[in-house]
Amino acid sequence: MSFVIVAGFCFPIVPVPAHWYQFPLIPGLEEKARIIFFHVPTAWLTVIAFFFSTYFSAKYLRNKDWQDDIKAYASAQIGMVFCILATITGSVWAKFNWGSFWNWDPRETSIFALLLIYGALFALRSALDNEEKRAQLSAVYNLISFITVPFFIFIMPRIMTGLHPGSAGDEGGSGPIVNFKMNGNMRIIFFASLIAFTILYYWIYQISSRTLILIEKNNRKLIEE
Amino acid sequence: MLKSSLALFLKDVYSELRTRYAINALVMFIIVTISVILFSIGNEKISDFLTGGLFWVVIFFSAMSGLSRGFVSEEERGTVMTLQLTAKSSVVFTGKLFFNLILGFSMNILIALLYAVVFDTFRISSLGIFVCIFILGNIGLAVSSTLIAAIISKANSKGTLYPVLSFPILLPLMMILVDLTKSCMGGVILQEVMVEIAILVCYDIIMLAASYLLFEFIWEY
Repeated sequence: MSFVIVAGFCFPIVPVPAHWYQFPLIPGLEEKARIIFFHVPTAWLTVIAFFFSTYFSAKYLRNKDWQDDIKAYASAQIGMVFCILATITGSVWAKFNWGSFWNWDPRETSIFALLLIYGALFALRSALDNEEKRAQLSAVYNLISFITVPFFIFIMPRIMTGLHPGSAGDEGGSGPIVNFKMNGNMRIIFFASLIAFTILYYWIYQISSRTLILIEKNNRKLIEE
Repeated sequence: MLKSSLALFLKDVYSELRTRYAINALVMFIIVTISVILFSIGNEKISDFLTGGLFWVVIFFSAMSGLSRGFVSEEERGTVMTLQLTAKSSVVFTGKLFFNLILGFSMNILIALLYAVVFDTFRISSLGIFVCIFILGNIGLAVSSTLIAAIISKANSKGTLYPVLSFPILLPLMMILVDLTKSCMGGVILQEVMVEIAILVCYDIIMLAASYLLFEFIWEY
């Protein structure tokens, strides 16, 4: 993680890479390319977190184990935080690269929808008093919202013209598959960053889900006494 | 199963016709919403395509005020338990879905008629395709909003929560519908919008399948 941060900030970007620590220049991005080591992994972490949240929700509906609900909740919280971070970093990047903070391209629209979905999920959770009812209904809502995700990921970019790689306006090909325009060591740092963010997710998730479960256990003990 | 869900549907229709509470309120709501748009526009000249977008805004908010009735009224009258005892969850869902489909259709046809009378710029060039997307959109709207209505009927602050929960689920549908309405106003042939119509059909089928799978879990409580 720290290696990625150091490398991402400090390695110079030069037109023709001569040393191992130098990045090649990507046309159209130049120095701004550095943010790719943070923006893309944040979005990646968001996707992982929401995926696991949905997974635990489905598991809850199967087993009715209250710990699964807590896990889904913890994961959704982490996802929400990183979703906001990805929106902010993306917005900053968009300001310098495309000229404005927000352009309503398909990816921006879908991350906006993600913020809405999970905002709604937390609103729903706070509106339900009964614990079991809350777990059950938020799990169902989590699953419903998950099935709209394919519409945003696969279908929206084909209908609307967009600015991100992989959308309809891109000459590299339209669709969710993106051609990598990065070179050698840049790619290493990029994937190291992805792995580091995945580990970061696991670490935060462990801490927060354990804390939440402990708090819940404590509450139950208090109620029993 | 179809017979008992039909019975449930008829029960809803009768109890609605007896009080006429929801129907009167909904008709007034539609008129009020359209007049709000009219007054906010004033004498300004708005572009043709904007009316196409506003059309779906009116439909969305009328659906949000009307389609939650089915489940919320059961909860308010305290008849949920009886229904849980006498009917299977899939039967309940089918009955409520029928009711919402009919209510949604009659509501939206009224909106479309009023809208066409009031706005001169709202002219559809390819009427056949518009009718097609109108029907598909209504089905999608009814299915998703029935499922969300079942969720919010169990929660506090039902009225506020309903549009909040429904909007992200309806967003893909709404975006495609607004897009299609625009192209219908400009005039298109069927071949050009085939992909979008296919997406609408996909959305309807996916939501319908998911609703039947998930409704059981909502209804248990």
